[in-house]
Amino acid sequence: MERPIVTVDGNEACATVAHKLSEVIAIYPITPSSGMGEMADAWSSAGRTNLWRNIPTVIEMQSEGGAAGACHGAIQAGALTTTFTASQGLLLMIPNMYKIAGELSSGVIHVSARTIATHALSIFGDHSDVMAVRQTGFAMLASSSVQEAQDMAAIAHAATMPSRVPFLHFFDGFRTSHEVAKIERLLDSDLEALMDRDAIAAHRARAMDPEHPVLRGTAQNPDVFFQAREASNPYHDAVAGIVQEKMDAFGELTGRRYHLFDYYGAPDAERVVVLMGSGVGAALEAIRRLTADGEKVGVVVVRLYRPFDTAAFLSALPQTVKSIAVLDRTKEPGANGEPLYQDVLTSLVEAHAAGSLHLTAGVPRVIGGRYGLSSKEFTPAMVKAALDEAGKDSPKPHFTLGIVDDVTHLSLAHDEEWDTDGEGVVRALFFGLGADGTVGANKNSVKIIGEHTPMHAQGYFVYDSKKSGAMTVSHLRFGEEEILSTYLIDKASFVACHQFGLMEKVDVLGRARKGAKFLLNSPYGAEGTWDRLTREAQSQIIDKQIEFYVVDGYQVAKEAGLGGRINTVLQTCFFHLAGILPPEEAKDAIKESIRKTYGKRGQTVLDRNFAAVDAAVANLYRVEVPAEATSSKRLRPAVPDTVPDFVERVTAMIIDGKGDLLPVSAMPVDGTFPTATAQYEKRSIAMEIPIWDDEVCIDCGRCPLVCPHAAIRIKYFDAEELEKAPEGFLHADPRGKDFPGKVFTIQVAPDDCTGCGVCVNICPAKSKEEVKHKAINMEPKDDHLEQERANYEFFLSIPEVDRTTVNTSTLKGSQSLRPLFEYSGACAGCGETPYVKLVSQLFGDRMIVANATGCSSIYGGNLPTTPWAVDDAGRGPTWSNSLFEDNAEFGLGMRLAVDQRHQAALEALADVADIIGDDLLVEVVNADQTSEQGIAEQRARVARLQEMLEKEGSPRSRWALSLLDAVIRKSVWIMGGDGWAYDIGFGGLDHVLASGKDVNVLVLDTEVYSNTGGQASKATPRAAIAKFATAGKVTGKKDLGMIAMAYGNVYVAQIAMGANMNQTVRAISEAESYSGPSLIIAYSPCIAHGIDMAEQMDHQKEAAASGYWPMYRFDPRLAASEEHPFVLDSRPPSMPFADFAKKEARFAMLQRTNPETAGKLIEAAQEDITERRRLYEQLAGVERGLPGEEVGR
Amino acid sequence: MSVSLKTTYLGLELDSPLMASSSPLGRTIEGLHRLAEAGASAVVLPSLFEEQIEHDTYQMHEALEYGAETYAEHAGGFLPEFEAYNTGPERYIDLVAKAREELSIPVIASLNGITTGGWVEHARRLEQAGASALELNVYFIAADADQTGAEVEQRYLDLVAAVRETIEIPLAVKVGPYFSSTANMARRLTEAGADGLVLFNRFYQPDIDLTELEVVPNVVLSTSAELRLPLRWIAILKGRVDASLAATTGVHTSEDVLKLLLAGADVTMMASALLRHGPEWIGTVADGVRQWMVEHEYVSVEQLKGSMSQASAPDPAAFERANYMESLITYAAPEV
Repeated sequence: MERPIVTVDGNEACATVAHKLSEVIAIYPITPSSGMGEMADAWSSAGRTNLWRNIPTVIEMQSEGGAAGACHGAIQAGALTTTFTASQGLLLMIPNMYKIAGELSSGVIHVSARTIATHALSIFGDHSDVMAVRQTGFAMLASSSVQEAQDMAAIAHAATMPSRVPFLHFFDGFRTSHEVAKIERLLDSDLEALMDRDAIAAHRARAMDPEHPVLRGTAQNPDVFFQAREASNPYHDAVAGIVQEKMDAFGELTGRRYHLFDYYGAPDAERVVVLMGSGVGAALEAIRRLTADGEKVGVVVVRLYRPFDTAAFLSALPQTVKSIAVLDRTKEPGANGEPLYQDVLTSLVEAHAAGSLHLTAGVPRVIGGRYGLSSKEFTPAMVKAALDEAGKDSPKPHFTLGIVDDVTHLSLAHDEEWDTDGEGVVRALFFGLGADGTVGANKNSVKIIGEHTPMHAQGYFVYDSKKSGAMTVSHLRFGEEEILSTYLIDKASFVACHQFGLMEKVDVLGRARKGAKFLLNSPYGAEGTWDRLTREAQSQIIDKQIEFYVVDGYQVAKEAGLGGRINTVLQTCFFHLAGILPPEEAKDAIKESIRKTYGKRGQTVLDRNFAAVDAAVANLYRVEVPAEATSSKRLRPAVPDTVPDFVERVTAMIIDGKGDLLPVSAMPVDGTFPTATAQYEKRSIAMEIPIWDDEVCIDCGRCPLVCPHAAIRIKYFDAEELEKAPEGFLHADPRGKDFPGKVFTIQVAPDDCTGCGVCVNICPAKSKEEVKHKAINMEPKDDHLEQERANYEFFLSIPEVDRTTVNTSTLKGSQSLRPLFEYSGACAGCGETPYVKLVSQLFGDRMIVANATGCSSIYGGNLPTTPWAVDDAGRGPTWSNSLFEDNAEFGLGMRLAVDQRHQAALEALADVADIIGDDLLVEVVNADQTSEQGIAEQRARVARLQEMLEKEGSPRSRWALSLLDAVIRKSVWIMGGDGWAYDIGFGGLDHVLASGKDVNVLVLDTEVYSNTGGQASKATPRAAIAKFATAGKVTGKKDLGMIAMAYGNVYVAQIAMGANMNQTVRAISEAESYSGPSLIIAYSPCIAHGIDMAEQMDHQKEAAASGYWPMYRFDPRLAASEEHPFVLDSRPPSMPFADFAKKEARFAMLQRTNPETAGKLIEAAQEDITERRRLYEQLAGVERGLPGEEVGR
Repeated sequence: MSVSLKTTYLGLELDSPLMASSSPLGRTIEGLHRLAEAGASAVVLPSLFEEQIEHDTYQMHEALEYGAETYAEHAGGFLPEFEAYNTGPERYIDLVAKAREELSIPVIASLNGITTGGWVEHARRLEQAGASALELNVYFIAADADQTGAEVEQRYLDLVAAVRETIEIPLAVKVGPYFSSTANMARRLTEAGADGLVLFNRFYQPDIDLTELEVVPNVVLSTSAELRLPLRWIAILKGRVDASLAATTGVHTSEDVLKLLLAGADVTMMASALLRHGPEWIGTVADGVRQWMVEHEYVSVEQLKGSMSQASAPDPAAFERANYMESLITYAAPEV
């Protein structure tokens, strides 16, 4: 039987084998490995069996630590077991990895290798994670391509059984895990031939079973532990031989012959590089080109990294080698070289000392370099640079590649112009937006080329760091030659821009080569497009003699019923222009791929896409290119003219896509960045923006409250300010008595608005003459841009309201305060950010934030900019992210430090009482800072103290000065999503709540792991589908609030802004004012709910109305009074859960795909709601006293 | 004396003229069993809405694509992929097949389409599933001011002709009363291939919510008063078109049924009455019909069917008269 040729990404290539060869799969989502777990779960849900015709059990755990524990248990009890992970996830598995290896038990961990967070988190690829587990006793097998991700996965599963040593199989995150390539799929018969049934039987025989009981996991003493540890040596010693046997068997089956170390290059090479992972592709290209030019160079590819087989390594080296450059994709500060470098060096020196090194030139010189951290580009030119360095008389012993290190001068320069691009490969670049389907279509294009032609094809996709309005760049290569290029395309012969708007922001044609074809999605046709291009684009088209084509993708898509999804139109035009297939054949192939991708979703989806395919080429036009560039329009600068120095030097470069050019000296040494930078990144992504009608407005304050991006604001101010207002700036008189003597304006930030429409949706004011006209209405941005820009600039210049005069715990009061969280790159219409912004309005000027990894850490802290902002006095939230699992503890630590510093400050001030005077000291010590007024007064005291102490200037004063700010009350916030609070961080959260310390925990509950793409958490409700719960979640949502309330001294509130705005503001204010721990669980609609985010507030309303999301406040302070501490703020349910559920795809999809199961689950979910309501009603009537005070320490 | 309630509709021999019309009661196989056990002589299933299928399918597709490929960490979209989505008419078709297998009474599938392509494809599949007959539920509000009455009519006729060409089983057409020439339209529909006319469709009526100032659907169950409209047209059409006639609006009581039969209906269909009183209401109505027939010495439904049609009534002009004037006068000056 012929092996099928398939086009898949590295994750799928690996997971296919892992699912086939496993019985138990314990998983936890982490980028970039989540895809493997998701596929395994989906396959098992759909009944796909393993090689032995059983359906593998896939279980999601609460953390990678949990997954590793479950794997350990499954292995002990005799199952063939696997898991998938990366980065911090792998670190959490380390304790179990020692155990599993120490017990000589078979199992496989597949890792899409990813950077470990240090000075910053990075989701991208390098080997810092796998290098951190090389000491555990696991064997480590490296893949360097999508094909190998499949092949080595099979070899790992095959070798772990007879060797009894567990395996870690890894390939590079994103570069391999997310690259789409054409591979030959293994057959079941191949796997059957590789898997040793006797070894599997032996594994089962060793399993824990009361029929033949054993004791494992003993505690041992100094007398025997050591010997016992050495007892396993023969097994580790045998691994290399077993792996080579399996590789040989694999080679016999498939023709793909692998070795522990493979050498490629000149047989008489004098200079050799050694590396592993995806960089091998770039290295092979460099070696082919250099050897063709007669250079004596080669590369050793490491496949089995642990155990490191010295003999095999030495025999892989050419006899003639004189110098070796070892390349490590990791960094070990303080080490005398990175791990692979040390392994190579040790092998050579050991062999030399033993007299067994038989290289012509003796011990070669070895230099070691770092490359590719966090998926940094790694190109053939860099490999050449390393080889060139190795050939020098006195090379740098340690170096870096791909960056400019102008601080420690370790970096090697490489020749940007030197490339290995052959003519046989077509390179195509596609610029699109996340929402337009460009990436999806390109994945299909790779499949079409891969599966309909004998050509090789590769696709790699680059996303930016925003979740709304994000640009995607697809890199496609195809051709007759094998494609080894594991780096981005630098010179493209085809460039497509799927969004006209990008032409103003991005240098789309910068990477177009001379004579390239350029396809632009333009609504202006063959005649009207040219004049609308920027001068830069016109010049490049002329200078590079580019063939220029346009198609109005939006029109074609609209006519086909596809709305804004232009991808099939552009894809068809690409095939037409690229001439890969004859036109009709290309159309048929595209339709076939559409059928494969969308066929199961229904005929309508197919019909509409087919119509778009049929109409595309008829709407494709070539543009006549004039001889001269005449446009007055210029490429928009990354940031405005006047920005702070750091923003201009560093941030602007990153925004502009030129971060790769920044030298080491430009970067902060410790990962510390200024805040308030999102304001400089004017993304201007909305097509429509809300425009205010002052005559209809009722001054309710809702629109600024719900805006997820702080892009619509309200200000109350003195009418005389209007004298400086631009013409057309509107204002109105406030309703109510909150702001006597003031006028107000509601103003949009036109370049920061994402056009999500949440504000318009919530607006309750309707025109009397035309009901659809509200007080704010979405209107085309271009019609209003200039006016609104002027308005917003003026609006910002209006003085802020005096915080001490405002009742901040009311809706309107809170919204009169300046947001100190603004213009985030969260998804348009995000359900989390309105809460974050509200907290920043209320407490931002004295707020310390510990933020769990997740969506909020990405939109809060992913470079280039941050939405966390400062007020006019320069005060604002100070923010940090530690990990995913430790956020509560991280925040508690901040609280402890704040308290400690406060105490130290008071002592230091007491020491300078003679300088500052007793009265002031007493005032500072006894200050009541429970109100804005009190805080303002304390700040005034601090200012006075500062002046006195600076003037006095003694060591005592300087000491006191260093602590002075600590006497101002701080507000400690611990923020994160449900994945953190309910699952991975729950143990820590529980401990922190139990500590009694004054911390405020805000759980942004989207009921799913949003950031990693929608996997189920313990917050996921019964009856909802999610990844890892494809068949619908069968268990109910964990009641986190009840657990916290059980302590009795924790303030707990459950809120939903869209359902009750006043309760939301009130609960947040109460929580902050409580001097013990507070927990706020905030209902946060998410794209993963399958709803139109513009209507998220309506969904919140119905979530509350159906009883699905009850709102309450539990205030321990009331326990001391006559009142009940638990206040149920929700009225009894007024609609059935089913009516709420049918409006959200997460529930409705199951009702469609599996109505019987859905019916049962919905019924059970309704029972959950009814029962919880009954319980809460009782609680609302129950009296409770405070638990006993903590007894002295 | 025993009376025969037997009648023929679309060539189907029925035990009585009391059919269950398209309603939520027929959504499940359990509901259909209940209707049959209660004495429905045939059932029309709830309509398969082509527009709904298209809408649902595309909406689900959009939900699956929403947010996909926007960010490196959630490249694949937020909702899990299924092996099958059940978006097409499969579930409906399964219900037809199951109903035919389990029920002894005829099962009439109902189809509401908007395009010729959709009608034809779904009609074929419903026939294959074993439907005893097909009812085309033409539900079309002619709101386009640029479209003439003739164009609207042609659209109806094209749809009927296209379906007729596709299937062998009997074909009924359910229409609304809003034609300039209802009688002419009825004839042309039968000429286009309709074996029966179902009179009339009750269109969804929008309402305004005064609190929220929103347009809201307002589904109100029918009352007996509404049967006058079909009553008139059945009486007029009886004998003038070569098609079975079904009355379907305002049928609540045995009196309603009798009037419609006298006017010329071959069957009467109930929905609102059954939703209000439950399927067992059919038995009550049947008893009433039987009792009236005994009292008035009719032996069979066939005998009384159409005996008061326009052609057979003592005052044929009464069905054509613009009754408005007379009614008004009568109301203004009641006889004492």
